[in-house]
Amino acid sequence: MLHPNSNAFTAESTKAIADPQLQEALGVLRTQSIPNRLKAANNLAEFEQLRDRARDLKDHILGHLDQYLLQFEEQVKSSGGQVHWCSDAESARQTILKLCREAGAKTVTKGKTMIGEEIGINDFLAENGIEPVETDLGEYIIQLRHETPSHIIGPALHVTKRQVEETFREHHTDLDAGRSLEEPAALMAEARAKMRHRYFEADVGITGANFLIAETGSTVIVTNEGNGDLTQMLPKMHIALTSIEKVVPTLDDAMTLLRILPRSATGQELSVYVTFSTGPRRQIDPDGPKAFHVVLLDNGRSAYLGGPMQEMLRCIRCGACMDHCPVYHAVGGHAYGWVYPGPIGAILTPALVGVENAKHLPNASSLCGRCESVCPVRIPIPKLLRHWREEEFTRAITPATQRTGLGVWAWFAQRPAMYRLAARWSMRILRWSAGARGRFKSLPLAEGWTRHRDFPAPQGKTFQDQWRARSRR
Amino acid sequence: MPSAVQAKPPGGQKRVALFVTCLVDLFRPSVGFAAVKLLEQAGFTVEVPEAQTCCGQPAYNSGDRADAQAIARNTIAAFEGYDYIVAPSGSCGGMLRCHYPELLAEDPQWAPRASALAARCYELTQFLVDIAQLDALDATFPSRVAYHDSCSSLREMNVKAQPRALLGKVKGVQISELAETEACCGFGGTFCVKFPDISNSMVERKTADIAASGADTVLAGDLGCLMNIAGKLKREGSNVKVRHVAEVLAGMTDDAAIGDAE
Ligand code: SF4
Repeated sequence: MLHPNSNAFTAESTKAIADPQLQEALGVLRTQSIPNRLKAANNLAEFEQLRDRARDLKDHILGHLDQYLLQFEEQVKSSGGQVHWCSDAESARQTILKLCREAGAKTVTKGKTMIGEEIGINDFLAENGIEPVETDLGEYIIQLRHETPSHIIGPALHVTKRQVEETFREHHTDLDAGRSLEEPAALMAEARAKMRHRYFEADVGITGANFLIAETGSTVIVTNEGNGDLTQMLPKMHIALTSIEKVVPTLDDAMTLLRILPRSATGQELSVYVTFSTGPRRQIDPDGPKAFHVVLLDNGRSAYLGGPMQEMLRCIRCGACMDHCPVYHAVGGHAYGWVYPGPIGAILTPALVGVENAKHLPNASSLCGRCESVCPVRIPIPKLLRHWREEEFTRAITPATQRTGLGVWAWFAQRPAMYRLAARWSMRILRWSAGARGRFKSLPLAEGWTRHRDFPAPQGKTFQDQWRARSRR
Repeated sequence: MPSAVQAKPPGGQKRVALFVTCLVDLFRPSVGFAAVKLLEQAGFTVEVPEAQTCCGQPAYNSGDRADAQAIARNTIAAFEGYDYIVAPSGSCGGMLRCHYPELLAEDPQWAPRASALAARCYELTQFLVDIAQLDALDATFPSRVAYHDSCSSLREMNVKAQPRALLGKVKGVQISELAETEACCGFGGTFCVKFPDISNSMVERKTADIAASGADTVLAGDLGCLMNIAGKLKREGSNVKVRHVAEVLAGMTDDAAIGDAE
């Protein structure tokens, strides 16, 4: 996925709300994800202090990003690997293709990488005759279904267990019709059996990276299935595809973030696997790739350093903001129309694809603030959403009808006497037309409200009028 | 958290300015009178600055910063010189307390005035409990109520215990907590009309939660949420009554509930 479809958000979200399977699948967020995170957070006395530390650490890194990235590159080189600086998606794709060709690759195994989605690597490799094989269970499921991830840590979150079983039965034609795939473990075993030999066929393994450690030149991945390890250990070449804001100064700093990442993401104290990779296989190593490359993507991020949107680059991609977002609960991830959904997507997508290409996303929020209240690095998401709204307003991307309505209202709101007069008469008229019913079933100019709700009628006289009358008595 | 916690006022010396909020002014003035009654019970002199209109959130949240700033300046000017500013709304209170200082931060003349105002601004139940330390209420409301936390009360103003503590002093009230107290009701100001289907999906969840709680009345401290919830409950044909918490605390529940026929 490369071209954003985010301007279709409104239509896509309405479709999503009407999709019962999707709605069923999204239920796990409220019944599992939210309580799990809460329990994990409550079980660690210093969790809130850790969030402060993580925020401060990330701010420090973003203030010295060049320095830590250069240090990281130094260390990667000294351990025998190579860093490729890619300013945009196209240069990252070309770099990866070149590396794959050098390795003579026909098949590439892949661990989960959102940067891979950002640059559309799967389609690009396939177009160039190289088969990408997803090894993360969720990614594997959606690859079979020709879909894109709908959640940054649970790519197949939108698919119900029943649908997974159907997908497997359709694609794994040797599958015994009598075999039960009721349990998630059975689905997992089935996927593993299919995948196992592919690890050995692959010439290149591409993974993402949750962190890059400047002092050691290591890349770190956090997984629950162990697929990432096989992806990066078995092929001749390991390519870590990642972005510039993932660097941290030291191993200790990575530990700080590792204490909050799984807790925020899945409610685990630690994920099942945390894998550190430092350079290619050395003489003394029993296994590992012969070549180690880090493809480091900018894709517009550095333009936000030092500006009002910098805080979004603190994100460690835990997914907690979308798990807790009522809008995401209602529409799921695909409606957002690009790589990153939910609250972080609503601030990151306009930044990376242009606000004019994602104009609904910053507005599609009640600004309830639950995302900010759980974000492990305390990104002030509502504030950043408002920043985009201001940019839309300034650049006249906001629809003319809204701007006019707002202008008229603001004119009155700045003139209290006129405002009181307008209030007095409009409330009288509304009250009079409601009669004694107390509410409206429909109301001109308020279709957005009355499509789904009645509109409560005003009591009649405004408070201000009644108060003045009372004071005069 | 309150920055200027003061001792109980000595019998009506301190002046409170009521920021009545545009929705209460227009749609449900009885909430304003309930707030006045409660503040007077607590021993304060209540005044209602005439030059107030709206806190400016519609502009602020729509990206119209210039108008939001102009409205903020007018509001600050109208509310200077009082000991406290109290609003029967966490959302408008949050605008004055959390967002005015941010909105005017770059304006050397207005930034200190915005901060001074912010420090004296409270949501109604927060003020009654934390500042006024009101310990007795003269109200009876035999009812099973669910209290809906508005997002701004909960997350911007840190209001959660206060309305429940006050409700505990009303004779006959039994509180049934909602299962998902932290979930937004889907109002969100202009959000609810810009994205009606998403907003509906959110409020449907809220009304289902209300039904499951067994409450016969829903209360909240923000009229926006209340109109949204009442509008949905009425559309669904529910008999659950919807009121602002101030009405119950002040014992002023003779008016028809929100969205109900007279
Ligand atoms: S914005 Fe915060 S909560 Fe959302 S994915 Fe990033 S780190 Fe997690």
